[in-house]
Amino acid sequence: MTTMSRHLKDLESESLYILREVVAQFQNPVLMYSIGKDSSVLLHLAMKAFYPAPIPFPLLHVDTTWKFRDMIAFRDRIAADYGVRLIVHVNEDGLKAGVDPNTTDSAHYTHVMKTEGLRQALDKFRFDAAIGGARRDEEKSRAKERIFSHRSKDHHWDPKNQRPEIWQLYNGRLAAGETMRVFPLSNWTELDVWQYIAAEEIPVVPLYFATERPVVWREGFMIMIDDGRLKLNIGERPEMRLVRFRSLGCYPLTCAVESSASTIEEIVEELLVTRASERQGRVIDRDQASSMEKKKEEGYF
Amino acid sequence: MSQRDAGNSNDPAAIAGTASADTLPMLRFLTCGSVDDGKSTLIGRLLYDCHTIFEDTLLAAERDSMMYGTTGEPLDFALLLDGLQAEREQGITIDVAYRYFATPRRKFIVADTPGHEQYTRNMVTGASTSDAAVLLVDARKGVLIQTRRHTCIVHLLGIKNIVLAVNKMDAVGYDESTFKAIDHDYRAFAALLGIANVTTIPVSALRGENLAKRAVAMSWYEGPTLLEYLESVDVTSGREREPLRLPVQWVCRPNSDFRGYAGTIASGTVSVGDQIASLPAGMTATITRILNGDEDCTSAQAGDAVVVTLDHEIDISRGDVLCAATARSEISDQISANVVWMSKHHMLKGRPYILRCGTQSVLAQISDIKYKLNVESLEHVAARDLSCNEIGSCNISLNKPITFDSYEDNRSTGAFVLIDRTTNETVGAGMIMFALRRAQNIHWQALNISREQRAELKGQHACCLWFTGLSGSGKSTIANLIEKRLFAQGRHTYILDGDNVRHGLNRDLGFTEADRVENIRRVAEVSRLMVDAGLITIVSFISPFRAERQFARERFPDGNFLEIFIDTPLDLCEQRDPKGLYKKARAGQLANFTGINSPYEAPENPEIHIAGGSVSAEEHVEEIINALVKRGFLHAH
Repeated sequence: MTTMSRHLKDLESESLYILREVVAQFQNPVLMYSIGKDSSVLLHLAMKAFYPAPIPFPLLHVDTTWKFRDMIAFRDRIAADYGVRLIVHVNEDGLKAGVDPNTTDSAHYTHVMKTEGLRQALDKFRFDAAIGGARRDEEKSRAKERIFSHRSKDHHWDPKNQRPEIWQLYNGRLAAGETMRVFPLSNWTELDVWQYIAAEEIPVVPLYFATERPVVWREGFMIMIDDGRLKLNIGERPEMRLVRFRSLGCYPLTCAVESSASTIEEIVEELLVTRASERQGRVIDRDQASSMEKKKEEGYF
Repeated sequence: MSQRDAGNSNDPAAIAGTASADTLPMLRFLTCGSVDDGKSTLIGRLLYDCHTIFEDTLLAAERDSMMYGTTGEPLDFALLLDGLQAEREQGITIDVAYRYFATPRRKFIVADTPGHEQYTRNMVTGASTSDAAVLLVDARKGVLIQTRRHTCIVHLLGIKNIVLAVNKMDAVGYDESTFKAIDHDYRAFAALLGIANVTTIPVSALRGENLAKRAVAMSWYEGPTLLEYLESVDVTSGREREPLRLPVQWVCRPNSDFRGYAGTIASGTVSVGDQIASLPAGMTATITRILNGDEDCTSAQAGDAVVVTLDHEIDISRGDVLCAATARSEISDQISANVVWMSKHHMLKGRPYILRCGTQSVLAQISDIKYKLNVESLEHVAARDLSCNEIGSCNISLNKPITFDSYEDNRSTGAFVLIDRTTNETVGAGMIMFALRRAQNIHWQALNISREQRAELKGQHACCLWFTGLSGSGKSTIANLIEKRLFAQGRHTYILDGDNVRHGLNRDLGFTEADRVENIRRVAEVSRLMVDAGLITIVSFISPFRAERQFARERFPDGNFLEIFIDTPLDLCEQRDPKGLYKKARAGQLANFTGINSPYEAPENPEIHIAGGSVSAEEHVEEIINALVKRGFLHAH
């Protein structure tokens, strides 16, 4: 294990404090587990925050049924390793309606399978606090979100009417039916996350590491073929490329980047020189610059 | 435009993650200034010059610059920062935005805070977690009221490292005497506040001059560039050298063999074998284990999130503070503090708010506003309430003692927020100055005869019947009839009526929101004493605000306070208008009249809910008597 730098230790302490505040202030919290690297870090921090007690909340995965197979296998293994309860929720209404990323407009698909799916799960299990791995450096509208971010009864975020967050005195008070989203990794950057994964030897999905994978080029994006459900367009021909993923979502909407970084150390090296942002591989962010804010107001994580 | 044309010789590969960046603590700083001083441009430029902006983000900003840009340049740096759609269209920053960048020497978190007055609360938010502040002024305008206000807030929040960036030097021809004059003005103002350390730097954010690279056009300036200043400023606050303060956040009890106390060390260090005192109880114990995450260690320091165990079991829960046994915090239920108000609803004397200090949560009432601070002239101004963005020096009374240090000594254990109990909004930020001595000298006189004994002698259950409703709802009529009935049954009663009390005890109070709060506070306290005396106490007050009725309820033991809501429709009350007050209010001759130009917040869960006016007053009395019998306060007759 490499030693942890001063600023990583500071970030870790801040996150542990936030996680403990959630457990102290809420009745029924849940950790939003998306299987990605940020979720891996979040889960590891939760283990540390409450040690030697077990993690005192379940994990919730809103499954679109279009995650990479490697992600699902990893999810089930990790939940068992950490001894934590895993809740998997699928928006069955969306499935019945035939919402499919191959044929449905990506914005609509995301809204139904992710945003609505999440709302359904929060309502069904009556969670009052949902802990997420979002970071402020990911995207412009996230930079203004509070660490304790209030949601109305219908899961609406009002960016102009956020509670002031002063010192580390987080106000988790809610009226009946309201919920809180809590972001313990708010002050982390993508580089911090990878350096922490390296220092703490935290397991992550193998898709983050470069290897030869079958891909097709589509509208400038490299889409990986994970199973037979990806419909190939005329003229599209799968080819083997040395690729990895910087950000993981649903496979037809998340594209690979060409890379030879096959270890955590090589990923950190790559990040130090890269000039492309993390969400470049997310098809759903492309519509217009404010699209993330719109999705968030509606309840997307 | 590509990232590598930025004209800065920094090697991206050397940035962030190298050994030197790993050993320095992060610097959290905020930027503030007036509207249009160019804060967002300055940060956007710093990020750009430090190679933190990714190419796809740059492309998006360039596209946005064509549509919304205000600088006429191909890239409006402010647009890299202004995240929210609405503000992009207005061209101003409306909230705090946090940004992250690094140089080979240090990592930074920047809080970009807005300049215009109504968003001062966001500036306080940004300042509360910052160790340094960069204030911007426009070289063409010099030190403005906003500059003074922000300096005052930054100083009040305990930030010791202040840098004044005199921006837009390009617009004044890089004139040295302009810079010197502003520098002189600002230092004079800072000296009035007692700020010892000020650094002033002439810059042009638009052109990136004296930010990451030295400006050739200002060769007369010999001080550090802004980035040199930020890379070298010493924020070692000496927190480790202060006495131990470990506010208990959560009790870790996985099984009967382990009982640990989780918390983040606010100041000092802790080692295995140290003697600690748990406050406010004051019991002492010895530290036996320290867990830093999942690893055992022999000591930990300020900032570490730990779990500690003790050599013997003492009663400790969330809100207690573990202190060095030989250097303990203060404990008091009466404090003096500076409060920054952040809500559009005024701060009201007497209204109970939730006060959160560290992991403690108590009820607080502002007992006195000594003065409010005019942040431009620094004058002390008399005040009865505080409105949004005002700063007041207040005496605060708490429902139980808290453990604290003065904010000057400890930014963690001396800070608090105030939360509105009805809306749950965070409405104020406070910094404790000292404990009021009188709290230590006035103790409750222990009474030998209890409330129950007094009531028993009278053969009754003492309770408070609290009638609330609009003027003209019939509550006084009904309350009077009830008292008559009780009297006839041989009950000992007393009635407190709104109008009557205002002739005596409360004749110094008017009808503003603040006075109405105080009116109810006094009546609640008097009725509590009467219930203590064993009386069935009937209170008949409009009492329009939920917060005050809640306060009154909490004066009494559970079940001894019965809220009786006389729910008569407004138009019926207005039609009755027994005192001609509705008519006056409608004619604009009566301000703050409940139901007309002042709100009535209806009870959500009253013990007794009467549909006023649906039947005769006598029949309403019958309903209430039946309800009292059902609840065991009266025997059936």
